Amino acid sequence: MAIAVRENIGPPTVGAAHPALRAQDIVKRFRSSGKDVAAVDGVSLAVARGEIYALLGANGSGKSTLIRVFSTLLEADEGAVSVFGLDIRRDELAVKRLINRVSVEASFFKKLSAMENLVYAGRLYGVAAADARVRSREILIRLGIAETRHDEPLEKLSRGMQQKVAIARAFLTSPSLLLLDEPTTGLDIRSKREVQTFVRDLRDAHDATILLTTHDLDEAERLADRIGILHGGRLVAEGTTAELCARYGARGTLEEVFMTITGRKIEDLEAETNDGPAREPASET
Amino acid sequence: MISIGTQAGLAYAFVEREVALMKRYWLWELVWIIYGIVTSLSVAYIGLAVPIISGSAVDPVTTSRFVLYLLVGTIAWRFMGLVFENIAEIIAWERWEGTIEYTFMAPVPRLTHLAGMAGGTIIRALVFSVTTLFAVMLFIPVDLSHANAVSAIVMLLVGTVAFMGLGIASAVFPLLWTEKGLQMAYIVQAVVLLVSGVYYPTTVLPSWLQALSVISPATYVIEGMRRALLDGADLVALWPLVWPALLVGVLSIPIGLRAFIAAERYAKRTGRLKRSG
Repeated sequence: MAIAVRENIGPPTVGAAHPALRAQDIVKRFRSSGKDVAAVDGVSLAVARGEIYALLGANGSGKSTLIRVFSTLLEADEGAVSVFGLDIRRDELAVKRLINRVSVEASFFKKLSAMENLVYAGRLYGVAAADARVRSREILIRLGIAETRHDEPLEKLSRGMQQKVAIARAFLTSPSLLLLDEPTTGLDIRSKREVQTFVRDLRDAHDATILLTTHDLDEAERLADRIGILHGGRLVAEGTTAELCARYGARGTLEEVFMTITGRKIEDLEAETNDGPAREPASET
Repeated sequence: MISIGTQAGLAYAFVEREVALMKRYWLWELVWIIYGIVTSLSVAYIGLAVPIISGSAVDPVTTSRFVLYLLVGTIAWRFMGLVFENIAEIIAWERWEGTIEYTFMAPVPRLTHLAGMAGGTIIRALVFSVTTLFAVMLFIPVDLSHANAVSAIVMLLVGTVAFMGLGIASAVFPLLWTEKGLQMAYIVQAVVLLVSGVYYPTTVLPSWLQALSVISPATYVIEGMRRALLDGADLVALWPLVWPALLVGVLSIPIGLRAFIAAERYAKRTGRLKRSG
């Protein structure tokens, strides 16, 4: 089944010579216990048009902070970001039209139905309500959510289903650059596969560019054209899976690569960072 | 180039969302409407009880005027208070739900966003206030024989503009501090209630509070509505009350918008623009 998307999907013609995303020397510090802690420490990367780029790293490595910078929700302290050649600060509104994001937590008006939330989201991106309803229905069905559930309040759907609706919200607006922040966390295996297939189809059929953060090594390997590994806020390695394995992994697996670069398994790092202080402070101060 | 039609379409998204939320939370809305009606009725009954409370005879015309005096205050305040508090509450609510990230990531100019929110808020305030007015009239005879409805509506519109600006400015608080911010917004609202002559003439206030009443647009709007509904004052007679309220509105909207945009920038620099709770 083809993915229903707007006709204007795909990279914009403006700035055709530019990569979909370019970040240069990004630094983001947060104040924690009276000290400045660098959540992102001098990261530079470029994602080509039509590429799926996975950022790997444990919790607290700076993945989500970077995604929030790229999605205009967080201002970097240093460095520059451009999306299809448009500066993320100077051309903020134009950049916003080109991007969308799925975060690890599905955030919605939970009393409203999936359809109401999607129509609202579509309107914010200039999608007419009737059009949004048709395409939302198609995307939700494609993601495995039966039509009978589309008009139920979201609070009655499972977490996995809510996450799929969040993914549908991002797809609905036909972003040229899709930022996926751990989009399959909390989904069962089957749902993960559905989402991963959908992501691939979106790129293949519509030339969308996708930046994905994950700590699922299998997902990164399955989806990404190139992978960057973040550790301690720095981009410590970058390349295709084959290149990384050739460079770091004696046994040719991403896990081996990760262990060689960080000195730990990703699961160990997660356990460590889960116990330790968060890199981003709580907002209520 | 920004097309007005496009911006109106974007702003409508927020109006539609507010209406959809009102429908989904209809039971809560009903509770607040009933609460509003009971509050207004209670205030109106104080007016009816004046002869008993004061222990002296009060002629029915004076009592009726006193009842209308109180009703205008309570219903106009209900309307403007809702416009004021709803904008701040929605920002706080969006932070609790986490939707604030998606709202602020959307390609919607902040003015359009806030205008849409204000539009949804005005619809809600109108539903509440009109329902309250008609419900109260079922219980208590209200003498509107001298009323100048046009003047009263103009005064309310002027008040709406002024309170939109104040509401946008006060929404800065929950944008920066979700819970504490909402508490701050409520305190501001409470002070405005105290100094604006909602239930009494501002002349009974201590002089330092009267100074605050001068800068509250509600002071002029409520006084103007009273003169329009009790004495049938026309717009020429009300002009000394219209222009100060209008001035607050004209100033408070751009100032509120600038404050909101500055707060948004600060929130983006410090990582506060995200789910809270």
